[in-house]
Amino acid sequence: MSVIQSKVADILAGGNLGEVVNDFSLQIASANGSGSQTSNMVLVRALFRMGIPVSGKNLFPSNIQGLPTWYTIRCSHAGYVARQPSAPVVVLMNPETAIKDLAGLESGGVCFYPDDLKIDLSRQDVTYYPMPVKQLTSVPEVPRHLRTYIGNMVYVGVLAQVLKIEMSALEAALDWQFGGRTKLVNANLPTIKAAYEWAAANITKRDQYRVERMNATAGYMLVDGNAAGGLGSVYGGMTVTAWYPITPSTSLADEMSAFASTLRRDPDGKANYAIVQAEDELAAIGMVLGAGWAGARSMTTTSGPGISLMQEFLGFGYYAEIPAVIWDIQRVGPSTGMPTRVSQGDLFACYYASHGDTKHICLLPGSVNECFEFGWRSLDIAEQYQTPVFVLSDLDLGMNQWMTKPFEYPTEPINRGKVLTAEQVEKNGFRRYADIDGDGIAYRTLPGTNHPRASYFTRGSGHDADARYTEEPEKYRGNLERLRRKIELSREHLPAPVVEMTAGAKIGIIGFGSTDPAIIEARDTLTASGVQTSYLRIRALPSAASVVDFVRSHERVYVVEINADGQLRLILQSDMPELAARLRPVCMLDGMPFTAAWIIGQINSQEQK
Amino acid sequence: MATATVAPSKLNLIGLDKSDYKGNPSTLCAGCGHDSISAQIIQVAFELGLKPENVIKLSGIGCSSKSPAYFLNRSHGLNAVHGRMPSVASGAMLANRNLTAIGVSGDGDTGSIGLGQFKHIIRRNVPMVYVIENNGVYGLTKGQFSATSDEGQKLKYYGDNEYPAVDLCMEAIVSGCGFVARSFAGDPKQVRPLLKAAFSFNGTAVLDIISPCVTFNNNPDSNKSYEWVRDHDSPLHDISFVPVREEITVDYEPGETKAVTMHDGAKIVLKKLAGEHDPTDRMAAIMLLERSRTDNVLTTGLIYYNPDRDTVQDSEGMVATALALLPDEKLRPVRSTLEKIVASLC
Repeated sequence: MSVIQSKVADILAGGNLGEVVNDFSLQIASANGSGSQTSNMVLVRALFRMGIPVSGKNLFPSNIQGLPTWYTIRCSHAGYVARQPSAPVVVLMNPETAIKDLAGLESGGVCFYPDDLKIDLSRQDVTYYPMPVKQLTSVPEVPRHLRTYIGNMVYVGVLAQVLKIEMSALEAALDWQFGGRTKLVNANLPTIKAAYEWAAANITKRDQYRVERMNATAGYMLVDGNAAGGLGSVYGGMTVTAWYPITPSTSLADEMSAFASTLRRDPDGKANYAIVQAEDELAAIGMVLGAGWAGARSMTTTSGPGISLMQEFLGFGYYAEIPAVIWDIQRVGPSTGMPTRVSQGDLFACYYASHGDTKHICLLPGSVNECFEFGWRSLDIAEQYQTPVFVLSDLDLGMNQWMTKPFEYPTEPINRGKVLTAEQVEKNGFRRYADIDGDGIAYRTLPGTNHPRASYFTRGSGHDADARYTEEPEKYRGNLERLRRKIELSREHLPAPVVEMTAGAKIGIIGFGSTDPAIIEARDTLTASGVQTSYLRIRALPSAASVVDFVRSHERVYVVEINADGQLRLILQSDMPELAARLRPVCMLDGMPFTAAWIIGQINSQEQK
Repeated sequence: MATATVAPSKLNLIGLDKSDYKGNPSTLCAGCGHDSISAQIIQVAFELGLKPENVIKLSGIGCSSKSPAYFLNRSHGLNAVHGRMPSVASGAMLANRNLTAIGVSGDGDTGSIGLGQFKHIIRRNVPMVYVIENNGVYGLTKGQFSATSDEGQKLKYYGDNEYPAVDLCMEAIVSGCGFVARSFAGDPKQVRPLLKAAFSFNGTAVLDIISPCVTFNNNPDSNKSYEWVRDHDSPLHDISFVPVREEITVDYEPGETKAVTMHDGAKIVLKKLAGEHDPTDRMAAIMLLERSRTDNVLTTGLIYYNPDRDTVQDSEGMVATALALLPDEKLRPVRSTLEKIVASLC
């Protein structure tokens, strides 16, 4: 008898399987635009308030209203926050997908559904809990036009009763969600309570899943990466942002605007910044470069198709040596592909962006906290190196709710890079593209510098050390080599890799960005099964020499990434051709956030070869 | 009463010589109208006493876009990518609103690849002088038709142009531009006052200057050729620009002039030569351009003027200080503010 068969036999015999406490995923299926997001966020935050490690992931369609959407909440006493391949507890709020959602429910799972859902409930290996959604919302207290929306609060109340989520935690979460606006809280709370009480009186718990209070979230925040990136940029002294709306980057600009509007105004209300919605991504990056050239700390936020549109300007920015920060919240490719699904497929598009010989500094935040840190740090790096700098986040990191340690106030003063004043020009002269310090970084002046010799003419690559037009081969080569040296020398000064060495481990894992939680979880499971691994998380390209050391210290190194070709692996292989054969791909690209199970499966199967 | 004779000074109001405004030698074809425009820009910047260090000069790609290298060497210059000068200028003027910007573009740069950015910089009303050196041909790529080429025009290699021309003044007006003028590169007497007025305008000022291409588009049947324009030009106004700091009066008769006060207090005085045109009347301006098209004439002068729109910096509610020059304490909120935000997210 298989494990599943024995579980089923147990259920049929009414046997007790033992409880599963604070260690399961819950999936809520609903229709996009139905208002379920508020309910889901309240559930996530309530669990967080109960001290239980939790993560919330919204799997949504490219649509405003009507298409199916799923919200997955994972609680994990061990602190694992990656997506799990399946959820044993489902809430079927969307009749369109109910049949498929139920069919996908694992044996022994739990199914909550509105009691008027017309669906075949003949599966015997799952526990059903009908919910009187219509009945509880068809009351005079709930305005007629809000009943569909408020109906989502019914599953909040029922789940809370059955899974033992504390009402006080729900109330606190609801209050947080509505920013303390009593009217909104009062419109929702009675329905939650009614459902909670209805479930107490009418449901006999027959499943094994529940939660209980822990103390594992103290000192953490629950926030998304885009809010963190926007906030970090505000503390980084962003002065000009030009952007064009594109999922999933839009919320970074929105959050940044909201934060800046309270944090970066003079007492008279005047803004110490400008955030402009451009007419397209070409104009956005053009404004960013114009602003960077004139001395602003300028940035944009976009996603893959926006990066495609910006390519020409990015090459110009590289050669003209203009500071700029470009956030790329990565998602699956074309706009008519799966624009609301996660990917890490823009590494090539950013690292090698544009025509000719270019290579760009890329920062790779792996947590919400790093989104904040790289928010301010990227503006320093861009001005320090006088070049476009990318920050590659992704949809999962950017738009989903993550537990994170509190943001740390910038640990370094603002770095404006090598900018000469009129006095310095008077004293030492000015040669725009001369490598005075031997680090490839030349000095610049800003327009408006009050000195007759402070000006220079900015153009692409055809210039000499004094910014004069030239097509002489020697001068072109010299300029190109200086640019290459500048970027090469940044390797050891960018955010360093995070390394966890395991003594004696023959296997190494390299990853970046939002796959971090899945890798952490996979390593624990592998260790438990006797497979020792070390782990290096890359946080910037070009990468530090320690990455080569890491690869050299392991026989096989698995490079985990959410793209088809293994773009990071290919970049690393070109950095260390002599070690290229050691690098093996663990790629997954189906639009879903990474799971530990996928990594474990890939490593185990490749290890057996 | 004795009249004091004052020797004409070689220095302008801020003590600079005209040579302080010069650029590099031009590499354009001899006789190119663009060089004449560069000469007028130098003259006007000198006469206005613009501080060259406070000027930025920008361009896109094409013959016209090379010209910022040929004037104002003491100004920061930027030769951007094709058709995208407006966005770069917008960014620079957001970064430092206290600069004076002049952009030079061409008909390919503005009328084709950059038409979107042209209309959007106008929509935002970014303060700058936007000169279009319009020759109706792609010179740098050896003579293709542009979006402003005349319908039916013939070119040696490319044959007949089947498509109607884009009127960039019309595009500017319908996009909300508050200063729209047209002139001819070979008419410095008209170009100069229009340039002066444009520099005094607090917003996007568009000057569409017909600038014949001596190499590829100087066929007598092209409306961008010297011969065609000299035969068909119908000057709209005889314009004199009078900065208030100069005690110059204009030779004009009451009833024949229209004075327009600029933002800086300067005035342009328009002498009407060809009928009644009120440049503050948007509908009249549109009608004028439409009539010029149907009449096959080139109306030059100030076509439309409206100083009432907010600039982008005002619309964005920005501080008066250049954002680029804000001190660090204005850039980074204090530690306690972050602690509050962190507490709110727990």
